[in-house]
Amino acid sequence: MSRHLRRKAFGWLMFALTAACALLSLSVLFYILGYIFAKGCSSLSWSFLVHLPKPAGELGGGIANSIVGSIKIVGLASLAGIPIGVLGGVYLSEFGSGRLGFLIRYASDILNGVPSIVTGLFAYAVVVEPMKSFSGLAGSVALAIIMIPIVLRSAEDFLRLVPQTIREAALALGVPQWKVILRIVIPSAARGIVTASLLAMARIAGETAPLLFTSFGNSFWDSGWLNPMAALPHTIFIYAISPYDDLHRQAWAAALVLMAFVLAVNVGSRLLLRPSSATPR
Amino acid sequence: MNEASETVVVAGPRQRPGDRFFRYLTAAFGLVAILLAVSLAVSLWRGSQAAWLKFGPHFIVGTNWNPVKEKFGALPFIYGTLVSSLVALVVALPLGVGSAIFLSELASPTVSDVCSFLIELLAAVPSVILGLMGIFVLVPVVRAVEPFLSRRLGFLPLFRGAPYGVGLLAAGLILALMILPYITVITREVLLQVPKPMKEAMLALGATHWETVWGVSLPYARSGIAGALFLSLGRALGETMAVTMVIGNTPKISASLFDPAYSMAAVIANELAEAVGDMHLSSLVAIGLTLFGITVVINGLARLMLYRLGAAGK
Repeated sequence: MSRHLRRKAFGWLMFALTAACALLSLSVLFYILGYIFAKGCSSLSWSFLVHLPKPAGELGGGIANSIVGSIKIVGLASLAGIPIGVLGGVYLSEFGSGRLGFLIRYASDILNGVPSIVTGLFAYAVVVEPMKSFSGLAGSVALAIIMIPIVLRSAEDFLRLVPQTIREAALALGVPQWKVILRIVIPSAARGIVTASLLAMARIAGETAPLLFTSFGNSFWDSGWLNPMAALPHTIFIYAISPYDDLHRQAWAAALVLMAFVLAVNVGSRLLLRPSSATPR
Repeated sequence: MNEASETVVVAGPRQRPGDRFFRYLTAAFGLVAILLAVSLAVSLWRGSQAAWLKFGPHFIVGTNWNPVKEKFGALPFIYGTLVSSLVALVVALPLGVGSAIFLSELASPTVSDVCSFLIELLAAVPSVILGLMGIFVLVPVVRAVEPFLSRRLGFLPLFRGAPYGVGLLAAGLILALMILPYITVITREVLLQVPKPMKEAMLALGATHWETVWGVSLPYARSGIAGALFLSLGRALGETMAVTMVIGNTPKISASLFDPAYSMAAVIANELAEAVGDMHLSSLVAIGLTLFGITVVINGLARLMLYRLGAAGK
């Protein structure tokens, strides 16, 4: 075989290997999704979604309290995290070229990299310890802290995509800058900001670590924000490490519910933001 | 990019009070991020004071963790965290870079976009669900494969010992799955940025397509890949749930990847809610502070490398 052919063949061999890598990565994803779907479907039923868990040892029961708890904890975290993140993002994109802008970016990058369990420690120190009680509120605080830097940086990215000429056109007509931002810049970037917020919600809805010692979990309906509250990912964890087969079965069903929500948000936002170059993370 | 609006604000003939108010208002919301980052560090520092004062540097190098006797040394956790993350990097790096080469060089743009979106989806799977897969799918597989590995590679201390299934190897594999999307997606984006003329020059000299990738694209993308690696390392070090569920939760240091171990995040997750005393609590917070410090440094390095490439913020 000539030298040239040998080099070509080696190249194709290596490319075949890279294709195998990509195929392997994709098949892992599909395997995970398929496995959760198959395992979860067999245990998922309407009564599983609307009933409370049964006492330990008894078969059956549902995850209604975990679903409601997750919605409450994530909802409160979003009520705090999205406005703070979006308005902070407005500052970064419209006024943030100075030193303060640099510091805010720096701080949110640090926050973004903080392991979620450490954020949980912080929420434990500032909410659980002073109040002397695990609470849904503490869980929301932890999740909001995770959410703020994500929303902040992606809101900034989407606002920066709004063409400068639009701002200048409005300013030239004599519109005050705050009005330009509120009425023209933010609405132009609204679709991106909404999807970024939804993605952030999907992200924190799957967080378990910061909830372990903040919202703590609960086998009944929670009795208010200042008391322990169940959450879906946390319940999956508890059931998964329990020794009972029936609870393992329920863990898969609960995982399917959580996964369906996360998938719907991710695929939905991808479809909403057609031009793929406009999807910063 | 902001020059135009900046000029209006700073050098404009008159600044409306509404504009100034709006600017300060949004700045206040941005300040929340700074406030949170600072108070997080301060709170961890204050919460761990007692442990640092009592144990000093022995806290980091001590190997004995006994809450009942109030002896706290964090080395086994640091070891478990580092080794499981290294295993993850070793597994995920070739897989991720390989996928990225395929997606950027061979696949058509549409296929490439769709595939990289799908691989990114892997990062969206909640870690507790990956942990669930880990317990019921991965651990049995690992347990079955370990005897084979020790027969073939048993001359290395890494692959000796009883096949528990749970342990550093299982934790590393789960972590590899979690960081694979980051490595793949960032590397693909960097490879797509390689200037065409550089590749064409190499091809014109008679190099094959693969030799161009190997000789031009990969070296060009080197700092981006390094950035992706550090970013992934930062994620892997702090990952809690999936690791807690498969690492075996045994605080000991062993050369074998088959043995159960413990990680820093996992010990906080397992023990904090039931901490037996103030010193125990303080020691767990001290582990949290150590973890925080490590991830801040690693993420800083990652950003530096990606920034140098002009791909900052990715």
